[in-house]
Amino acid sequence: MIEIRNLHKHFGDLHVLKGIDLEVKKGEVLSVIGSSGSGKSTLLYCINSLEKIQQGTVKIDGIDVHAKSTDVNKLRQKLGMVFQQWNSFPHLTAMENVALAPRIVKGKSKAEALHIAETQLKHVGLGDKLKSYPSALSGGQQQRLAIARALAMEPEYMLFDEATSALDPEKVGEVLDTMRLLAEEGMTMICVTHEMGFARDVSDRVAYFHHGVMEEIGPPEQIFDNPVSAHTQKFLANVR
Amino acid sequence: MFEYNFHWRPVLKSLPDLLQAGLLTLEVAVISMLIGITIGLCLALMRMKLNGPLKWFAVSWIEVARNTPVLFQLFFFGFGLGAAGINLPPYVIIVTGLSFNCAGYLAENFRGGFQAVPDTQMNAARCLGMNGWQTYTRIIIPQVFRIVYHPITNQMVWAVLMSSLGMMIGFRELSGETQFFASRTFRIFEYFAVTAVIYYVIVKLILGLSRLLSARLFRY
Repeated sequence: MIEIRNLHKHFGDLHVLKGIDLEVKKGEVLSVIGSSGSGKSTLLYCINSLEKIQQGTVKIDGIDVHAKSTDVNKLRQKLGMVFQQWNSFPHLTAMENVALAPRIVKGKSKAEALHIAETQLKHVGLGDKLKSYPSALSGGQQQRLAIARALAMEPEYMLFDEATSALDPEKVGEVLDTMRLLAEEGMTMICVTHEMGFARDVSDRVAYFHHGVMEEIGPPEQIFDNPVSAHTQKFLANVR
Repeated sequence: MFEYNFHWRPVLKSLPDLLQAGLLTLEVAVISMLIGITIGLCLALMRMKLNGPLKWFAVSWIEVARNTPVLFQLFFFGFGLGAAGINLPPYVIIVTGLSFNCAGYLAENFRGGFQAVPDTQMNAARCLGMNGWQTYTRIIIPQVFRIVYHPITNQMVWAVLMSSLGMMIGFRELSGETQFFASRTFRIFEYFAVTAVIYYVIVKLILGLSRLLSARLFRY
């Protein structure tokens, strides 16, 4: 379970997250929506400690992410992350991209790591691109490569940071399909997204962020059909 | 009118010695570059990642190496240290001087290379649980090396040519050897003409090798 209590994040004078309280249970899919600059992505960065926090706690399965005594590198193995800019490693083939972390972080043998890589790449539909370099892949394929790479570490949680917003429109579907597949397999996911259709269909709950505050959270039908907050209503009216 | 009579025979007779000295030149340049690359990489990281004395040590090294003549740097390691009672053999002086100089130039190349690799690569690697060392050695530095590959080749050529300053401190690499024979036979033009050709061939070999290596290393 991911437990966030009274989380505050500042970038200098900018107060980006203003006291977030949130729980995500095992197996749950949470979509986080809201306009740019509302703190959605920063929330993910605070969850896996890519950003330090100024106040509050983030706990993953009871372990305080930001405590000095926590081994962040170990904790991050539980948390897969997929970025807006897919960030594949350009100097490695698809196989090597996926096999590297299991090999050097988890200490798997080379054969084992390559086996995992092949399995995961097939899982996301890249079975025919094993030996390709990222430069030979489309944006959608690179994003699926990034998903396979995260899955190879056998994470318990997946964080998606606007995984489709840098893609060509016709490539969005293939990545969303892969994310749907993961949700169906029971992966716990936090998806920061602008894809309202995905948020409505796939998530168990949807959270709306506005200026660093979580305005509203609830089942998709409630957020999309009967939003309580005026900000949520305005946002949804604009994106429709 | 032009009354100079060419005499190539002495040059041809000492050609084996010149070629031998050419190998020494190459050896000195390669060793200096290996040391220079290692130190340059450290200096770049110290300059970018650290604060305090180590940062200023790196900045001072880079400043002095880049902004003073190589010859002066060699004199410092030769006569300067000699005056302080530390007498290094010419081979050590030239390798130290060239390494010092190359490290300064390469540090700035590396710094540019590091800045050209997006920060997001670092985040992606850290998210997979890699520690700082793994991230740098497996993800960042391999990409930096591709970016700085051609500047490094350039510096390698430069190191070969700079090593000719060895003759100023009595080191008999290719230029020192040429000078030695030329002053004994007075066939100065002939000797240096032949030596120029040898330098040219050495540099061509390096460039060819570099091209082959880059095709093998960077398939992406």
